[in-house]
Amino acid sequence: MAETAAAEPNWREEIYRALKELEIKQVHFVPDAGHAHVIDRCLEDREIEAGMLANEFESVGVCCGAWLGGQRAAMLMQSSGIGNIAHAMGLATSGRFPFFAIVTMRGEWGEFNPWQLHGGQSAEKILEAAGVAVMRANYAHEVADMVLAGARLAFNSYCPVAVLIGQRVIGAKVFK
Amino acid sequence: MTENLLPRRPSIHRLLQGRTDKLLIVAGLGSAIWDAESAGENPLNYYLLGAMGSVVPTALGLALAQPERRVLALTGDAELMMGLYALPTVAVRRPANLSIVCIDNGRFGETGKQVAHTAEGVDLAGIARASGFPIVREVYNDDGIDALRTALYRAEGPQFAVLKVSADMPPVVMPIRDGSIGKSRFREALLGERGLKE
Repeated sequence: MAETAAAEPNWREEIYRALKELEIKQVHFVPDAGHAHVIDRCLEDREIEAGMLANEFESVGVCCGAWLGGQRAAMLMQSSGIGNIAHAMGLATSGRFPFFAIVTMRGEWGEFNPWQLHGGQSAEKILEAAGVAVMRANYAHEVADMVLAGARLAFNSYCPVAVLIGQRVIGAKVFK
Repeated sequence: MTENLLPRRPSIHRLLQGRTDKLLIVAGLGSAIWDAESAGENPLNYYLLGAMGSVVPTALGLALAQPERRVLALTGDAELMMGLYALPTVAVRRPANLSIVCIDNGRFGETGKQVAHTAEGVDLAGIARASGFPIVREVYNDDGIDALRTALYRAEGPQFAVLKVSADMPPVVMPIRDGSIGKSRFREALLGERGLKE
């Protein structure tokens, strides 16, 4: 099923380039296959302090702490971890901190694993209830602009922002 | 625990004696804040009055952003327990300039002193050791506090220390509660005008 691959923009590399353009100095992640390329690029980039977290919960503190110290940080995660960040988000909203996450979506576009439905279908509602501005890229050509605009919203307006990358962009995982 | 327990507030004051601007403090959730604030108001303290479990992650992000400074995460045992996975994360990310000091009274102090995990035998220092912290201390006396104070400014960390304290509740010393004001003051003190205008 490679009929559209050649025509699609390289949105994964475009995310990395956007992070560079935004002068983001810390990239934290709980890995997702959709972020694999960006994670690798950030890990090999000496200007970016990149590394794993054990739980998405930690991302709010780490990214707000980075801002306290004068650096921009970004969080890479999957929709299944959104529930983990709702409580901690009180730090960003109470302190008017910028928080910027790029979330790869599961549980929506041809999902195979029924357990992904919970996180995927509740992600936007949880984020909005927790005070996070939500932006969404449904097509590959929207990703780079959405990342740039979402991050600028977060860092220039001092608020938490999540950019969701639709599962349609990533492609549903096929188990055989 | 039948060891001689440290008096809580005097121990924190002893730890912060002669504090310099080299040291940045992130503290939470309740009692640890009153302890830090009672040792002297300082814009380079950031206080979390909520988001329980986030003190160590916040200190980690700060320590990574400011490698030339020293960062102290000052927390209680129950606050730490709620975000416990931050210990293995810090051990893996290895910020040499970060110290985590857990004021362990074995109680949920602010909600009625209910017995907490460490009073039932959970060993936070053991968890830190098993996570891979290069330096782990259990502090029971003034000599231990003095050694820890020196290490706050010098140790090749990250280091983790547990202060075994009595469950008394010293008076509340309330800081500015607005997290946004705290953030702006902190950034101004650390980064100058850029901290306010960026």
